[in-house]
Amino acid sequence: MNQIPALVRVFAYLSLLTVGGGMAAFPEMKILTVEVHKWLTFPQLIHLYSVGQMAPGPNMMMIVAIGQWAGGLLGALAVLVAFFGPTALLAFLVARLWKKLERWPWRTSIQQGLAPVSIGLLLAGCFTMAKGAIFGVETAAIAVGVLLILLQYKINPALLVLGGAVVGVISFMPK
Amino acid sequence: MSDAAANPALVAAASAPPVVAQASIGQIFLEFLLIGATSFGGVMPYLRGSLVTKRNWLDDKEFVEMLSISQSLPGLNATNMAVLVGEKLHGALGSIAAIVGICLPGAVLMYIVGIFYRIHGDHIWITAALKGVGAAAVGLILSTVVGLSKKSLAGNFDFVFIALTVIAVNRLHQSVPRTLIGVGLLAILFHRPRNKQKESAAQ
Repeated sequence: MNQIPALVRVFAYLSLLTVGGGMAAFPEMKILTVEVHKWLTFPQLIHLYSVGQMAPGPNMMMIVAIGQWAGGLLGALAVLVAFFGPTALLAFLVARLWKKLERWPWRTSIQQGLAPVSIGLLLAGCFTMAKGAIFGVETAAIAVGVLLILLQYKINPALLVLGGAVVGVISFMPK
Repeated sequence: MSDAAANPALVAAASAPPVVAQASIGQIFLEFLLIGATSFGGVMPYLRGSLVTKRNWLDDKEFVEMLSISQSLPGLNATNMAVLVGEKLHGALGSIAAIVGICLPGAVLMYIVGIFYRIHGDHIWITAALKGVGAAAVGLILSTVVGLSKKSLAGNFDFVFIALTVIAVNRLHQSVPRTLIGVGLLAILFHRPRNKQKESAAQ
């Protein structure tokens, strides 16, 4: 079955939801990729997203893996174009306009209004993910540990995700 | 000395080299490719170091301005920044070169990771490690939430909008676009311009 049109539809739609960051689209991404189209399971989605945090570059590159699973190389390319094309075009078109609106009083209102909503969406995405990723004392301890370390010290987050992998192996390997 | 005193721009120009307003497609592509390949743990600091400090393609003020535009639009901050900087340096082609460059390394890597994970994902070592990785990512996102809340909120009442957004998505199971439009409009109206001068033609 050819999944390419569905991949393009889903990821073009998701791309428009990424206000403030990729995580804002996560609840919807879970519904569409896991529940509606069944391209992968929820744990797989969490794993890909999390592993993606160790990769360099924009942090939603895990979508490439979803595209690859559902539609091979073509699927991966389709997902990339669908996910980054619409917002890139929008940024390109709006950038000039936005600069001209520098003195428009609502511009500040829009920025100030969108800030808490985008933080809320990020947090909502985080809670959606936590429902699958946090189960029991060990995982909760890892999450809280990473949070506290990042709030306290300036350390590269990719290293902490790697650290999470090490703690995971120690905690969850069958004895 | 008297020249410099008469023309403050000269002093500024002497202390900081002027911003290079143009770059070739190849230069743009390579610079963003390099950022895309090395920016472990978050793109923003690398972007600033490369574009402002190393290449001098932007000054700090432009960088912050473009960042604020990137954050208000849908799309990842990193790719929106690539589009804006590319456009400034070389128009539409510059935008394309920049976004392809910054995405390419991570995309190739995750393509390979995806294939590897599909084949070996149920290996006991890997499932154990991935449980830790997923939990660590949750902690990482929470720290981003805290950081952004400290940095970009205009007042304490904004926490109400954060809570409304979370409740709408997680509890009431509203779709993200509906939440975005509903709570977004409320929040924008709450932060509506309050003109002290009476020139408010908008109302």
